[in-house]
Amino acid sequence: MLTGIRRIVKAGFVGFWRNAYVSLASVFVITVALFVIGSTMFIDQLLTTSLQSLQSKVDINVYFVPSASQDEVDAIRTAVAALPDVAAVTYTSREEALARYRERNQNDEIAMQALAELDENPLGANLAIQARETSQYENIARFLEERRDSATQTPVIDEINYERNKESIDALTNIIGAVEQASIATMLVLIVASILITFNTIRLAIYTAREEISIMRLVGASNMFIRGPFMLQGVMYGLVAGVFSLMIFYPIMVWLGPRTEAFFEFNLFTYFISNFSYIFGVLIGIGVVLGLISSVLAVARYLRV
Amino acid sequence: MIYFDNVSKLYNDGRSAALQEVTFQVAPKEFVSIVGHSGAGKTTLLKMIIAEDKPSHGQVFFESLDIHKIPRTKLPHYRRKIGTVFQDFKLLPHKTAYENIAFAMEANGRTDEEIHENVPQALSLVDLDDKAWNFPSELSGGEKQRVAIARAIVNQPDIIVADEPTGNLDPIATYEVVQILRKINDLGTTVIMTTHNKGVIDELGRRVITMDEGRIVRDDATGKYAL
Ligand SMILES: Nc1ncnc2c1ncn2[C@@H]1O[C@H](COP(=O)(O)OP(=O)(O)O)[C@@H](O)[C@H]1O
Ligand SMILES: [Mg+2]
Repeated sequence: MLTGIRRIVKAGFVGFWRNAYVSLASVFVITVALFVIGSTMFIDQLLTTSLQSLQSKVDINVYFVPSASQDEVDAIRTAVAALPDVAAVTYTSREEALARYRERNQNDEIAMQALAELDENPLGANLAIQARETSQYENIARFLEERRDSATQTPVIDEINYERNKESIDALTNIIGAVEQASIATMLVLIVASILITFNTIRLAIYTAREEISIMRLVGASNMFIRGPFMLQGVMYGLVAGVFSLMIFYPIMVWLGPRTEAFFEFNLFTYFISNFSYIFGVLIGIGVVLGLISSVLAVARYLRV
Repeated sequence: MIYFDNVSKLYNDGRSAALQEVTFQVAPKEFVSIVGHSGAGKTTLLKMIIAEDKPSHGQVFFESLDIHKIPRTKLPHYRRKIGTVFQDFKLLPHKTAYENIAFAMEANGRTDEEIHENVPQALSLVDLDDKAWNFPSELSGGEKQRVAIARAIVNQPDIIVADEPTGNLDPIATYEVVQILRKINDLGTTVIMTTHNKGVIDELGRRVITMDEGRIVRDDATGKYAL
């Protein structure tokens, strides 16, 4: 058994080198396919991370009228906090709002002067509400609007504002969707291409070795003894391509790391290094599966022993 | 040991027959020569024995085993009982004489120890001890055929099937190859050989089956080449 495996492995290596040029072609296409698959993974990671950070900056702001009583404000605040979609509610009191306004406009003399002329705080309290998911802002906003419209005598809520980041979020969500669709299409094309080329490479190897195969059959070689080396060749194409693609990614990541850090607040190189075993596993795994599928197809088709 | 029961083989959708109602039997330890014109069906008959082709009608038995009912996965196992020799040697050009013989043992799943022990024995049986590390391109036709014979016997088959083994050889090499086949037969292995060579038949003085147009037309117990 062990001897048999050792012989199959040896024959696989011999086959790999004997057809070095065609082997190289297979390794090349699988490498390209893995590179695209890997790039897609990284781009997706980058976009998802920036979407998340953008989402965490989104909120709905509810501005109360200055005359709203503390009880009324508290009632709405508690009701909103109890909604299942709401992740966090930040309350800013009238005094805090004023302090923040002063701080923000301390160099603006006109504004400060106007403020000084008023004997009462013109600002109302406000709530900043964060939802668990962007799609839930719509619901929360509707809930607040119903509260405002059903108010009896004097209105409590002055303004509800949730449009601020909505557009950029929608845009990013669309981009991620489009990138995913485009990359799935590209990946499919490349996967099919690499299977086809590897399939043909191994078919060619089988054709080159047809004399040898007929002799093997005559001397009673088992099917596994004949097929094994070709399947191993496919696996080797995938392994080598996996290593190659990682070797191509490494310098690209080194270069991209600080640039993505500056632009997306997400360092791709750090991600690459800290998730290296995962990335290694995925790329090598996909490469090996691609190589194996194509060799099994080629062997099944051309070695009806 | 080998039994053909009314075997016919048709080609071109039944329009031409390579074998027609062939019935005969080969006993263990026999040395049988099959003669006949080119196209008489000799090669086709041997292909039935090594299960390279199926008969259109009739059955071929190896002992009590119907050869063409052997499932595909069991075929390699069956072929290990048979050693094959061809006119064109079928040696692997990038392997030495030793490696060619060792390869047949590897394919049969023999251990390295068995290989180290049996390959030199087989080489010495065909008198090629000193050419073990030569490549086929460095060997004469007769030497190549002797390597092929060594490869055929190294797994100790029950039967040797040789299709015109001397077809490409000069008279001296032919004589040597026939002597080796005879020696193998004397050691107890059944031999079935096709040939065109009258001298070989006369020299052997063993059973001769004569074929013509896919039929057995003569079956003589001791060597006569009658064409
Ligand atoms: N694969 C094949 N397809 C069609 N006809 C074949 C095939 N193999 C052999 N034949 C025919 O069968 C007949 C017998 O061939 P063969 O057994 O090779 O004869 P021999 O070995 O006696 O010279 C010939 O007429 C040959 O043309
Ligand atoms: Mg012939």
